[in-house]
Amino acid sequence: MVRISEGSGSMSEFKRDRKDYHMVGKCVPKKDSNQLLLGKPVFMDDIVPQDCLVVKLLRSPHAHALVEEVKTVAAAKVPGIEAIYTWKDVPKERFCIAGQTYPEPSPYDRLILDQRVRCVGDPVAIVAGENEKAVDKALRLIKVKYQVLEPVLDFRKALDSEVLVHPEENWKSYGNTGDVKRNLLHHEEDTHGDVEQILSECDEVIEHSWRIKAAQQGYMETIRAYCEIDRYGRLHCISSTQIVFHVRRIIANALGIPKSMVRAEKPRIGGGFGAKQTAVCEVYPAFVTWMTKKPCKLIYSRKECQTIASPRHEMEVTVRLGAMKDGHIRAIDLYTLSNTGAYGEHGTTTVGLSGHKALPLYTGGCEATRFSCDVVYTNVQAAGAYRGYGATQGIFALESAVNELAEKLHMDPVEIRMKNIVREGMFMPAYFGETANACALDRCIEHCADNFHWKEKYPVRDMGNGKVRAAGMALAMQGSCISNVDVGSCTLKLGDGGTYNMMIGAADMGTGCDTILAQMAAEVLDCDVDQISVFGADTDASPYDSGSYASSTTYVTGMATQNAALQLRENIKKIGAGMLECEPEEVDFDGEKVYLTDGEKSVSLVDIATKSQVNNTIPVDVTATYSSPVSPPPYMVGMVEIELDKETGSIEILDYQAVIDCGIPVNPNLARVQAEGGIGQGIGMALYENVTYNAQGKIAENSFMQYKIPTRLDMGRINVEFETSYEPSGPFGVKSIGEIVINTPAPALAHAIYRATGVWHRTVPFTPEKILMSMLDPQWKEIDRRVKES
Amino acid sequence: MEVTITLNGKKITDSVDADMVLLDFCRKHKCFSVKRGCETGNCGLCSVLLDGKPVLSCSVPIGRASGRKVDTLEGLQEEAKKFSDFFAAQGADQCGFCNPGYIVNIVALLRENPDPTDEEILEYLSGNLCRCTGYQSQLRSLRNYLNSKKEAAPLDLEAEVYGADIGREWKHE
Amino acid sequence: MGYFNQYVRAESLEEAYGLYQKKNNFVLGGMLWLKMRKRPFGTAIDLSDLGLDQIEEDEKEFRIGAYVSLRELETNEALNTYTKGAFAESVKHIVGVQFRNVATVGGSLWGRYGFSDVMTIFRAMGAKVQLHHAGILDLDEFVKMPRKTRDILVSVIVPKKVKAVVYLSQRNQSTDFPVLTCAVAKREEGYVAAVGATPHLAENVWDKEGILTEINEESIEKFAAKVAEQIRFGSNMRAGAAYRRIVCQVLVKRALHTIVAENNGEEEKC
Repeated sequence: MVRISEGSGSMSEFKRDRKDYHMVGKCVPKKDSNQLLLGKPVFMDDIVPQDCLVVKLLRSPHAHALVEEVKTVAAAKVPGIEAIYTWKDVPKERFCIAGQTYPEPSPYDRLILDQRVRCVGDPVAIVAGENEKAVDKALRLIKVKYQVLEPVLDFRKALDSEVLVHPEENWKSYGNTGDVKRNLLHHEEDTHGDVEQILSECDEVIEHSWRIKAAQQGYMETIRAYCEIDRYGRLHCISSTQIVFHVRRIIANALGIPKSMVRAEKPRIGGGFGAKQTAVCEVYPAFVTWMTKKPCKLIYSRKECQTIASPRHEMEVTVRLGAMKDGHIRAIDLYTLSNTGAYGEHGTTTVGLSGHKALPLYTGGCEATRFSCDVVYTNVQAAGAYRGYGATQGIFALESAVNELAEKLHMDPVEIRMKNIVREGMFMPAYFGETANACALDRCIEHCADNFHWKEKYPVRDMGNGKVRAAGMALAMQGSCISNVDVGSCTLKLGDGGTYNMMIGAADMGTGCDTILAQMAAEVLDCDVDQISVFGADTDASPYDSGSYASSTTYVTGMATQNAALQLRENIKKIGAGMLECEPEEVDFDGEKVYLTDGEKSVSLVDIATKSQVNNTIPVDVTATYSSPVSPPPYMVGMVEIELDKETGSIEILDYQAVIDCGIPVNPNLARVQAEGGIGQGIGMALYENVTYNAQGKIAENSFMQYKIPTRLDMGRINVEFETSYEPSGPFGVKSIGEIVINTPAPALAHAIYRATGVWHRTVPFTPEKILMSMLDPQWKEIDRRVKES
Repeated sequence: MEVTITLNGKKITDSVDADMVLLDFCRKHKCFSVKRGCETGNCGLCSVLLDGKPVLSCSVPIGRASGRKVDTLEGLQEEAKKFSDFFAAQGADQCGFCNPGYIVNIVALLRENPDPTDEEILEYLSGNLCRCTGYQSQLRSLRNYLNSKKEAAPLDLEAEVYGADIGREWKHE
Repeated sequence: MGYFNQYVRAESLEEAYGLYQKKNNFVLGGMLWLKMRKRPFGTAIDLSDLGLDQIEEDEKEFRIGAYVSLRELETNEALNTYTKGAFAESVKHIVGVQFRNVATVGGSLWGRYGFSDVMTIFRAMGAKVQLHHAGILDLDEFVKMPRKTRDILVSVIVPKKVKAVVYLSQRNQSTDFPVLTCAVAKREEGYVAAVGATPHLAENVWDKEGILTEINEESIEKFAAKVAEQIRFGSNMRAGAAYRRIVCQVLVKRALHTIVAENNGEEEKC
């Protein structure tokens, strides 16, 4: 039975032996699976009026220019065209579209339409019309005169460049420590111990730079939003978003209208992966609807998603790793240069993770760490949030450096890690001084090495016909929320017939959070998950939640859910006790009835539900809210076996083994699919998802025809298993799973390729050409066309 | 231009633009399972059956479909339901946006080849992109469905969870 | 995207040919590439009703209609028995089954795309095309025709003069455009290697000197090197010229090894 004890503050604790969990840890299907698998209309474009206005954007062909004139007369005459807006028509107050808690760390550097266009694809005009054909025709007829300016495309030359990306006076920021007049959005340093001194004492120092490109999330449902004026005259936005509450604020800020005038809602979402943690498109249809008072929708094309949405921050991470001959890692110096592109969404925050969520992996015997970074503006597509959020970039660099160290010292990479990794109970100076209260990383490594047959597969094997087999590995960590910032809430309501409603502001983007949160509530309420209907997310109906990002939903909203369920349980007991004419202390609740602990009498939940609607003052809908002072890291290890064709440079992935410590997996099957999906994205980023620019700053990989994401023929066999740990600060011992899973493929594959070829690759993607040519010619380099040779 | 199409068994005559594609016709007639995920014929989200063959409805001009039979997931519910529960059991549905396309293509695959090997499954479905799952759970689901019809064939139903403090057995108790 | 004003399902080749003489009209293939065009077309000419979706075989040749789908090339038994599966191999990496069900042989050839897998195998096999107006042409001549030629591709003819053919391609990702395509055929006249996606249009290199009269490791290497030397390679976003040249040698060599292995197998059977 459940014992409730008051913890610190008002938080009460759920005490049940984990062996007795009946819902947490169970593989139940997602609540929406039937609807999704049978193709029911549940996405934005399925549920909005088919005859609403269609909105599209005219986009700049130049990376940097001033809009001198926009001729719209001919376009406006196209039958069916409702409105055309240019920079002259929109509010002049800058705003921020990053979905972050106010005051956002990201700068206020955007206008709905700006006279200055800062990257290829920046919007120049908004066109709204009755149908797509008319709008397309109007777009072709608009003539724009640009004053073309010199762009700064190379992020290594952006700092103090003569070309200024944001010269405007009304640029503002709440969280930046950079200097916008130097194209510097952010600079940060975090040092523990004397890095230089200890590096100078080390036998070996590995020093290189590693680069991750502006990879695309590749969500299947493109960016989209619908807006209408509701029956109260307010702006109602239905968006494919992870962040309804932030969307409300962003729209209100962009339009200069009161937040109370905006309602934001999400239906089912066709994938997010962080892309939809930025309000990429919402302000445009919102502006059209606010001006015309007519319903409209904006659906991004795949090309727009590939070229002008919110990809990963391109980063160059330089690591200096100092170690002794016995493999003891003593000091790490990590510097990151991050490219935020034309606008600063998530620029100041992603970069931090490249250090803070990489360095603590080697807390073991490490005496000193330094993390420093610069984030620069350039005239390319603005970056945003993508699963991993900077940690991916930092871990690629650090894990590659550790693999290089192992190879240099002729040590087994597994062994070198067992010597140096963070272990349960360790204090982590480089991780905001938090302690690793739940850490099974050591068990993960042993378990994975065992599953993978590391001892047999690590040696390179010649298969004949030019083919060799080789293996590589990498570790990863992440966080479980933004500590002291993220807010998660859950409302639980007892209804007729003894069933429950759960209202959340977190956004299930296919990950299954509706289901796992219901599992948590069902655990506390001793009911089946089917007894709980979930609704989310809608700013008018959901309790406040920062949204689904930063790996926080299971951990933060999960705790709110647990607490709401505990409170509701108490209230149910109170009503039951009243009906049994005794004190609440004398009764208990088993999910079906409230009963006297010393006696025969009981009253059913159905009767309590009925009673709650007659002459009742005890609420049966309760809301709990939670924020966490810590962000406990999940940990994982990935090991990959490849077959590499030394005559063509082709790679085939044969086996990918991963073992993850995400605390207690609430729904192991859903956690497994999260991991497999993240590993798949990581493989794509490592092997072929490229982003290249021409000399004018235009992206070549602008479609799924040119930007290749993995198909099911490219994945090999992925096997994911879990080592559990119990995180005391998490509900039911949980930590996060959503983001960490993308971090191991790039370093593990680079490692395996080195084993097969003798060449380290430090820039993704590792294409067959790159692999073969660098084997034949160590000086071979791929061409970066945006870089001007001086 | 007037076209007549048998959509999910129902004959529909409609006046449409000459350059409409089958995808938009299906959605116009409330078959919202048919999705658009790209403009280049690469994603497979818009898959429908045209005279029984799986095609990309984004690339079929409506005139070419006129006089023919089109089936979308809306019209294949019973056939899909036979195996879709196996996908739900794995959590292989995830965001769901690509589901209709691959479910329709699985219907086509199983009609053509009722007992495919893993390799045949992967090849037949390779034109159906999915970004959430990494595809493994989809293969497990279909394999579980096919194996469920065979005696003593293995099923992979739950992820492996180990724990030093909990032990392997707790989950199954 | 892909706008046009009118759709006509032609009742005869003559009608289609007539309509096609107007500059902004076009013949529908699979509509996979044309739909990406931004500027609107005039009339779309559909040849669906003209029975061009058949593969016919007689003693001398295969006749493949312009509207035969790439999927049909992949699954057609006669064609794949004759080529030991080379046709299936040449198309199975193209996007997916649903794509190949709409993509047509005619569309793939008419566009004269550098990346075309089928162009490569047809060239190696010495295929001819039948145009409505110009009649039957060698593929080698067809590819030299001006692109604005307003004729209609009716069918592709593959003479049964191929003793063996092997198809190989190099791709960065399993269903991507090829980085290089290669078909090596042993024809009555001798060995020929067609290499495409260079990224230019596939071209043939014949073993004019009879290097392969005696097939061994050395002659195979020599011929592969000769092919790589004769072809003009270029660079695009998928790979550079230098890489393509190396891969070309590897694929020609591997294709020849396969031909030798297959032939040996057959001789043993006899």
